[in-house]
Amino acid sequence: MVARVLTARTEDARRLKDMVEPQPHRLTLPNGLRVVLAPDAEPGADAPGGPPVVGISVHYDVGFRSEPQGRTGFAHLFEHLMFQGSESLEKLAHFRHVQGSGGIFNGSTHQDYTDYFQVLPSNALERGLFLEADRMRAPRITEENLRNQVDVVKEEIRLNVLNRPYGGFPWILLPPVLYSTFANAHNGYGDFTDLEQATVEDCAAFFDTYYAPGNAVLTVAGDIDVDHAAELVHKHFGDVPARPVPERPSFDEPYPETQQWGRHRDPHAPLPAVALGYRLPDPVEELDSYLANVVLGEILTDGDASRLQQRLVYRDSLVVDIHAGAGLMGAPLDARNPDTFTITAAHSPGVSTERVMEAVDSELDRLATEGPTSEELSRVAARWSAELYRDHDRLISRTLDLGSTELLHGRAELVGELPERVGAVTAEDVAAAAKALRPETRAVLEIEPTNDSEGGAA
Amino acid sequence: MTGATHRSAEEIGRTERGPRPLPELGEPRPGRQPEVVDTVLDNGLRVLAARHGSVPMVELRLRIPFAGDDPSHPARAEVLAETLLTGTERRDRVRMDTDLAAVGGTLQASVDPERLSVTGDALASGMDTLLDVLNDALTGATYPEHEVNGERERLVERITVARSQPRVIAREELQRHRYGGHPFAREVPQAADVAEVTTEQVRELHRRAVLPRGSTLVLVGDVDPHEAVDAVSRAFSGWQSTGSARELPELPPVEGGDVRLVHREGAVQSQLRFSAQAVPRTDERYPALQIANLVFGGYFSSRLVENIREDKGYTYGAHSTFEFTPGNGTILVDADTASEVTAAALLEIRYEFGRLALNPPTTAEVESARQYAIGGLLTSTSSQAGLASTLMNLAALGLGQEWLASHPDRLRAVTVDEVAEAARWYVPTAFTGVVVGDADQLGGQLRGLGGVTLP
Repeated sequence: MVARVLTARTEDARRLKDMVEPQPHRLTLPNGLRVVLAPDAEPGADAPGGPPVVGISVHYDVGFRSEPQGRTGFAHLFEHLMFQGSESLEKLAHFRHVQGSGGIFNGSTHQDYTDYFQVLPSNALERGLFLEADRMRAPRITEENLRNQVDVVKEEIRLNVLNRPYGGFPWILLPPVLYSTFANAHNGYGDFTDLEQATVEDCAAFFDTYYAPGNAVLTVAGDIDVDHAAELVHKHFGDVPARPVPERPSFDEPYPETQQWGRHRDPHAPLPAVALGYRLPDPVEELDSYLANVVLGEILTDGDASRLQQRLVYRDSLVVDIHAGAGLMGAPLDARNPDTFTITAAHSPGVSTERVMEAVDSELDRLATEGPTSEELSRVAARWSAELYRDHDRLISRTLDLGSTELLHGRAELVGELPERVGAVTAEDVAAAAKALRPETRAVLEIEPTNDSEGGAA
Repeated sequence: MTGATHRSAEEIGRTERGPRPLPELGEPRPGRQPEVVDTVLDNGLRVLAARHGSVPMVELRLRIPFAGDDPSHPARAEVLAETLLTGTERRDRVRMDTDLAAVGGTLQASVDPERLSVTGDALASGMDTLLDVLNDALTGATYPEHEVNGERERLVERITVARSQPRVIAREELQRHRYGGHPFAREVPQAADVAEVTTEQVRELHRRAVLPRGSTLVLVGDVDPHEAVDAVSRAFSGWQSTGSARELPELPPVEGGDVRLVHREGAVQSQLRFSAQAVPRTDERYPALQIANLVFGGYFSSRLVENIREDKGYTYGAHSTFEFTPGNGTILVDADTASEVTAAALLEIRYEFGRLALNPPTTAEVESARQYAIGGLLTSTSSQAGLASTLMNLAALGLGQEWLASHPDRLRAVTVDEVAEAARWYVPTAFTGVVVGDADQLGGQLRGLGGVTLP
């Protein structure tokens, strides 16, 4: 059984590499814009021929770690403003042109980057590129639109954080316990007072500093002809003027020297919850060590056979749900250094945080001394390959992965190489990763329910 | 804010060359329709299999109609769904997960008032294993005592968490408001009912209700559809029934009426939820209604979103969607707004209902919505998972791939007059609904507006 799986997984890894990575084509415009072009696999003997759909994304090398003190949430607010019109496009025009062409759009703000994307029928490729280029060249930032989007963002924060149980858990609540610098610790959604004080002048400065073409990656994937797509990219982005690219600061900081504790009172939560946060190896400089942590996360909580599900959920009935993994926002390889390994669990009021932590620590100790079994490693490798296939069968995921990987790692090709590298993680690597998750350098965040009415409608 | 010198916003928004024209669209390239086999096996199970997509995976969807009148049915059904995949004569819970993982696979069961649903995927080369594990559970689930006990206790806690979510509270209140005691309204079971469920009751429910006749299985991926159907036929040969899986009893039409205000302690934002009667997806008026709905609030470039988000900033998102069940269709409209602007948002939503009916969509609005609807079919079915879910949703309504393939032409044929006709479904008096929020703060303004029942 195990041997068969190992064979299958190597073949699958190779096949995925061939498919996802029909070597993305790459060019850099004179203004510094980096471009990744990733056509569907060339029509071959048994290739089905992709659907007539294209994905377009632009990743700017600025996220919420770069926003200044007093302007928490600004990177995200600015993302909203990029949809509010540009020199050739009135307010609302971007949405109308994308959707009226049969497409979809969105954007999202992360720790180290901000992305904008569209998926369109392939006959709208040039229109999609035009829309991205126009706002990269000359976005129209007005007081009226800024005030409107401050209101919209505040509603977004009420929806996702303030009016619901476990809002911002753990991505907003854990960093201030684990990290000490403003860049790493602050709330990326922003405080209402900071959002309200944002000015048009702030927006102009932010755009001119961070939204230079040389600070961005454009990705075009799907039903495209590479030469034609490259021609259209030159046509629409070629005359976006070059501007200086800011030097990227290091956000590194020392590990905590003692276990850090934090507590958050949640008026909507019916059950207590806990998040444990640990520092990770540098995702770019120490990628293989980082990937050992990715495998560790899967061994700990992916599926009914995983270690912490078995121990804390099914055997000891300590927690209702538990999740472990690399990355603060729910996915690994989404940020540069420093990055966070998180373990989150919701538990009954009758179970103390300490009991949950003891059980987690004893399972980590066991993995650190004995390592995972070969069956566990095979399981993770097979599921990971399969999950990557599924993910990349969705054009939007494939486009965004190529773009963020090119931006963060400088090599979009890495996307296709990951299954092989994950498959190469050894039992010793995982044991070492488990050993490095030490209680004395971690952060513990407790969620304390403060609601007497059990959160229900009265 | 960065200290460096920079241009002003006015300078940034202007270039020497000035505004540029929007590029025209190219010639659309038609998508290739996937090869689909759609058949009913001897045991009464309908199977749809399609070769589709670019990765060596297979997606699985199983729908077993699972309605029940008994007030204890939702609790028993929920425990059944949570424990269906936790043990058989041949496999314990860990073995199931390990066998699936070996082929990169997953299986998950869930239940609602309409159906028991199993969703899964695996490497295409592991399809036989995926089907074997699923068949093992369907024909031989043992519901081990300790698994049922454990899941029951966890469910009680999970239900408490579910009912602390504003969207769950709002959905529950809306269902009760528009359907009263109908089984369709019982989505999240009561914790007290779950606590009473016994292992024997779950086993009995499985024997009585987990039936192939009337159920549907969809497989989409890197598979030969004929071979996939044969594989299902072989794997599921032991799953037999004379009776049919049970569909939901007919739903009464939604009647327009007062919106009910529901108090939620400590709320800083309110959930506005509205519903009106519409037509089934199979109705010939549906394509026109689909376009009318997009113009109203069914996509970002709609009247409702442009009004209450992009103009007034009352909400992060507003939506208008359809809920289809066999033989029925309703309109659902939702928006979440801060307490201080809830009454104003309610007023604007009512205004947009009336405006759609009285000032129907223009040619430009219809064209935009039409293109979005046609493009949406293309993008949403381009992945294996997307096509599998779409086929299952259609199959539940008695439709198949041929409906999907011919729908773009139906959308192209819709006239502006037909959309105007369909827009009449949006007259304000057709709608009823609920508002969930801080009644102490909302009560006064909503009373003043009228058409709202206060707690």
